[in-house]
Amino acid sequence: MHIVVCIKQVPDSAQIRVHPVTNTIMRQGVPAIVNPYDLFALEEALRLKDSFGGKVTMLCMGPPQAEEALKRCISFGADDAILVTDRAFAGADTLATSYALASAIRQIEKEQAIDLVFTGKQTIDGDTAQVGPGIAKRLSMQLLTYVSRIAELDLANRTITIERRAEGGVQLLKTRTPSLITMLENTNELRFATMPDMIRAARYPVRKWNKDDAGIEDLSKIGLKGSPTVVSKVFGPTPRAVKAEQIPVDKATPRDIAVNLIQAMFTQHPALEQDMLERAPL
Amino acid sequence: MSDAPAPRKPAGRGGRNLELPEHLKAYKGVWVFIEHDRGSVHQVSWELLGEGRMLADTLGVALSGVLLGGPDDNLTAFANEAFTHGAEACYTVRDAVLDGYRNEPFTRGLTDLVNKYRPEIVLLGATTMGRDLAGSVATTLQTGLTADCTELKIDPTSRALAATRPTFGGSLLCTIMTLAYRPQMATVRPRVMAMPKADTKRSGAIIEDTLGMVETDIVTKLLDFIPDANTSKVNLAYADVIVSGGKGLKNPENFKLIWDLAKTLGGDVGATRPVVQSGWVAAERQVGQTGKTVRPKLYIAAGISGAIQHRVGMEAADVIVAINNDPNAPIFDFAHFGIVGNAMTILPALTEAFRNHFAIRRMKAA
Ligand SMILES: Cc1cc2nc3c(=O)[nH]c(=O)nc-3n(C[C@H](O)[C@H](O)[C@H](O)COP(=O)(O)OP(=O)(O)OC[C@H]3O[C@@H](n4cnc5c(N)ncnc54)[C@H](O)[C@@H]3O)c2cc1C
Repeated sequence: MHIVVCIKQVPDSAQIRVHPVTNTIMRQGVPAIVNPYDLFALEEALRLKDSFGGKVTMLCMGPPQAEEALKRCISFGADDAILVTDRAFAGADTLATSYALASAIRQIEKEQAIDLVFTGKQTIDGDTAQVGPGIAKRLSMQLLTYVSRIAELDLANRTITIERRAEGGVQLLKTRTPSLITMLENTNELRFATMPDMIRAARYPVRKWNKDDAGIEDLSKIGLKGSPTVVSKVFGPTPRAVKAEQIPVDKATPRDIAVNLIQAMFTQHPALEQDMLERAPL
Repeated sequence: MSDAPAPRKPAGRGGRNLELPEHLKAYKGVWVFIEHDRGSVHQVSWELLGEGRMLADTLGVALSGVLLGGPDDNLTAFANEAFTHGAEACYTVRDAVLDGYRNEPFTRGLTDLVNKYRPEIVLLGATTMGRDLAGSVATTLQTGLTADCTELKIDPTSRALAATRPTFGGSLLCTIMTLAYRPQMATVRPRVMAMPKADTKRSGAIIEDTLGMVETDIVTKLLDFIPDANTSKVNLAYADVIVSGGKGLKNPENFKLIWDLAKTLGGDVGATRPVVQSGWVAAERQVGQTGKTVRPKLYIAAGISGAIQHRVGMEAADVIVAINNDPNAPIFDFAHFGIVGNAMTILPALTEAFRNHFAIRRMKAA
């Protein structure tokens, strides 16, 4: 069995600060991490490998530094790692990204047939959840998004049955492999890296592919040129003009404070009072 | 549109064409994909029609809904409801293979309709269905898609859709446009846009179309749908009153004070991400960037600092009350009423005071 897992290296957004005056991202010193959502995809792929044997290949598009993210995945037990990196990919939106990744996956396929492709649900920096579906369409693979559980994988008959999160319930879907799965978060718990795998990861020669190695045929479809969306403006959220009306707390008991809040709130919002009166249980 | 338009002047950065090619100028009108499942339409579709109406009026074009469904789906009733929410027409495709959502036939259905009728804007809800479908359709049509928009406008110079969305975890906003491709696609999360007022006098035209796919063409089979257990059916996004707690409550024991107040108000319970991560409440109660967007009439936030990732999920609430012992907590910058104090003493006092207030009001009314 051969699984390709697509990951992205992202800035740890918990540590991102925005410059208060220029509204630019202050990236300096912000650590880069594997997109947390992708780790659920990785763990699921590793679990399938535990049950069925085979190989897990990691794929990432990004700057040369993204090699670190791939090595991290090797330390958890992935077998091979490919970094698609080329200046020509810079400025790609989700459409151009899915074109490049799909093209690289076709090259990987030439080395060894692929049964499944995994991605995370979305990234924490772009949040679009569009790259997975894009890759699936380009490779004419069956698309399975928001997968919460793999119920059955039948390699001999090339079928897979999964549970997919939908609004108000779960869909049970059965389809053919190869298919592309975007894994839902919190569906599994990432294993610990073992010492031998950590050593292997540190020394692992991540394969670096430029646009030719990745089999890019149409240069107008990658990078900025291949991106239909244009970022026209970046700005900070507008602060609300007035700050909260503070309910006086000096020398007031909690009871006074509560009563004063209710007074102030319902005087200014009589409709809210009426509404809440009807809603509150007797 | 698989052949990318040849570069023309004026070229943007990176030799990119930023002008709408002649053959795409025929794309006209605003579409909203109307999402329905097991007999009811997702409210986000009506919210999108409200927003779509404004876009269509600005452009001076028609607003239409798109309904794909199976033989037993009441598409006509859904279309009529769409008219009351602002649509002038509805494109409907009814086929047995469209019974229950599956990516392949729905992608085909929506793609074919777009290619045939050529709308300039297509809006979908950012739900598990809408996002699955939007990504697939945009790739098939080779066009731009902007996810999770919080504001949609028409750029006066280019007449393009200016879609604004939070980026970098909500710390910044960016406006994204699709200038040289059509249609322009965008998704919007439930509750981000206001629900339009229904006007039952409005009507519209239903345009029926066919799919041209048979079940044997479709690889993926929907074996079953397992509805969520009723107990876990939290519909926070549509709650009118929410009492939310943050890490300032210190422990799950204190968090019970949130539940007490919510119960007294007949409201729902929300939480910040760290609270969910600590396992004090279920994940579906998380409000914010990576949780739910809510739009209640009243949002009471106790022990919540007001980080931007939380704020983006709740700032559209009509009235926000914040309880925090730090007078400089960011939550006071956007709450309407503030109490600087200890949540552990204020919350029970509020529960008591609300209960008394309602009792007195009811006595007076009787
Ligand atoms: C990519 C990303 C996505 C995120 N998505 C979300 C999201 O969807 N939703 C979300 O909520 N967060 C999200 N976060 C986390 C967010 O950045 C904040 O860390 C989080 O909202 C803070 O939660 P909090 O207010 O409960 O805790 P804290 O920031 O620790 O605040 C606790 C507050 O309680 C106050 N306090 C302490 N003791 C008391 C007391 N006795 N009485 C009253 N007040 C008291 C303190 O003054 C403080 O202001 C995300 C972060 C990242 C990086």
